[in-house]
Amino acid sequence: MPQDDNGIAIRAGNVSRHYQMGAAIIRAVDDVSLSVGTGEFLALLGSSGSGKSTLLNLLAGLDRPTAGAIVVRGRNLAEMDTHELARYRSLTVGMVFQAFNLLPRMTLEENVELPLRLAEVDRADRAARVRQALELVRLEKRLSHRPSELSGGEQQRAALARALVNRPTILLADEPTGNLDSATGEEIMLLLKNFNQSLSMTIVMVTHERPLAERFAHRIATVADGKLISVTPKPREEVQS
Amino acid sequence: MKIGDLAELAVRNLREAILRNSLTTLGVAVGVASLVAMLSFGVGLQQFASRRLASSGLFNAIFVTSRYNADFGRPARQDQAANASTPTRSLDESARQEITRLPNVNEVYPQIRFMTEVRYDDKPYPTMVAGMPDSARTDGAFDGMQGKFFSSPNADEAILQMEFAKDLSPQPSSLLGKDLILRYAERKALSAQAGDSRKASKGNGSESSGNGGFSVVPHEQKLRIVGIVETEPEGGFGGFGRSRVYIPLSVAQTLSATQVNDLRDVLNGSSKTSSYASLTVRVKSPTQVPQVEAAIKNMGFTTFSLLDTTRNLRLFFTVIDMLLTIFGSLALAVATLGIVNTLVMAILERRREIGVFKALGADDRDIKQLFFAEAGVMGLVGGIGGVTLGWLIGRGINLGTNIYLSRQNLPPVSISAVPLWLALAAIIFAILVSLAAGLYPASRAARLNPVEALRYE
Repeated sequence: MPQDDNGIAIRAGNVSRHYQMGAAIIRAVDDVSLSVGTGEFLALLGSSGSGKSTLLNLLAGLDRPTAGAIVVRGRNLAEMDTHELARYRSLTVGMVFQAFNLLPRMTLEENVELPLRLAEVDRADRAARVRQALELVRLEKRLSHRPSELSGGEQQRAALARALVNRPTILLADEPTGNLDSATGEEIMLLLKNFNQSLSMTIVMVTHERPLAERFAHRIATVADGKLISVTPKPREEVQS
Repeated sequence: MKIGDLAELAVRNLREAILRNSLTTLGVAVGVASLVAMLSFGVGLQQFASRRLASSGLFNAIFVTSRYNADFGRPARQDQAANASTPTRSLDESARQEITRLPNVNEVYPQIRFMTEVRYDDKPYPTMVAGMPDSARTDGAFDGMQGKFFSSPNADEAILQMEFAKDLSPQPSSLLGKDLILRYAERKALSAQAGDSRKASKGNGSESSGNGGFSVVPHEQKLRIVGIVETEPEGGFGGFGRSRVYIPLSVAQTLSATQVNDLRDVLNGSSKTSSYASLTVRVKSPTQVPQVEAAIKNMGFTTFSLLDTTRNLRLFFTVIDMLLTIFGSLALAVATLGIVNTLVMAILERRREIGVFKALGADDRDIKQLFFAEAGVMGLVGGIGGVTLGWLIGRGINLGTNIYLSRQNLPPVSISAVPLWLALAAIIFAILVSLAAGLYPASRAARLNPVEALRYE
């Protein structure tokens, strides 16, 4: 397995993502260069439409850059074929979304098991790994519940369990508290913080809430109009525990 | 994804839209049922025709005649022309023995048919008599007869054809066990007029005519009626006119009745040695008929078998099956449009789900396989349901046909059959057609951009 690049988990160099809309070119991400250290908690901060989610999708391998390179563990995502990208999404990164994106027809157990099925993990190992993941988010007693039977916070915790079940090294979170009240959002952020510290997991979180980013992230990368405006370093010891 | 997981997810997805998917699967089932019902009709008719022809004992039979035989003035047949270089031989006992020794030949026996007057209840009934070999007991020719087959190869017993039996009595079954008198023209060689001619000719198809002439004297033979058969065994083929009374071949030989070839032998001067009008050669299997037939032709005889007729019959049923398949497939073609529609609808409904799958690590192939699996499951379930439905339709056709036939006082038949190969082929065909129908939706689903799919509300 390729090792991290000198403590760098993700290295994005001059990354652009442009869309052609008729005659106009939309520069959703424009010449962004950014590195995320291994075990770092980075917040991508920006207003709606700033391009932060597009950048996160590029880091997740869900989209391909128009230009530039995104190197994760020594491999450039832009050069991977669709199968390799799928393996990357399956084993290297975990994703959580603002809308949770749990499958309503499946129970919690089945939702969390889904990445294991896609990664072709043996059936015999799955139940234990699903239980472990749900224990991390304290939902081990809700195995047979469907998403509609859970609160918003529980659904986002279940989505976190699903993102963690394949034991990725990088967690990408797109507005994970966007659909939650502040108390529940706090709970989710504490979980993310805990994973970052206890599992040394690299986290990149998209948010438009500066206070949240300032409280939990090591660094804040501010994005506006597709460009990286600033990266505010923040010593790790200052981050609220 | 592993096959087990694919199948599990496919079945789960199909269960979620149970009504729509059930209706689509029902469409496939109706399509397959129509195909199976059509083909089962074709197969059933073919089996029915084959059974009827096979029970006639014609398919493994070769009919051999001498080239002297009554071609009087007719142009030579193709096979005769082809064998023109082979010397013409008399169809005598040595020829019979020679044919018997050919590989794959089960038995060789002479065709003995002669005119007779049957006397029953003091009334005359002119008809033809045919000798039947003992092998006819087991070859199916007398299946379904009333009464029983001859008790022994030398028994003075007779089996009547049903129409003839009806001439004798309005209650044909009442004839069983009764006696009839056979009046026939016995042939007596001029050189051996004294003594019992039956003894003189025993064990031979016809006796020597000595100096080339014979006398014809009327003779009578009492026979017991032991059976009544619906149709004429061997379809009257190979003889001169249809026979209505059947007696053991050995008995027919000992009667030394005058046959048409006796006159022919006198006319062509070959009467110094005994000969047969024709021989029937039974081959072990119909597939061996061509080789044996060729060997007999090389010996200088004319042959005829129903192989060409069989080939034409197969060709006919192949064409019929093809037409039935085309018409039956129309419904299945319509059903495939239902599958395409259902899966395209599923893509629209599950667009976000596809995005989630991709975000969690599914590649295009996984998505494609999932939709293929759903199409395949619909094909499998529809195929099994369709075969069952088609089989029931076939049973219904058989039932209706037999009710009609029984009202016409005709025996029951089976004109629809679903053999195992047809059932399996129909299910496999349904799966393949369903997979083909899933081709477009599956590739469309696989091509979905995950980012756009995740944004879909």
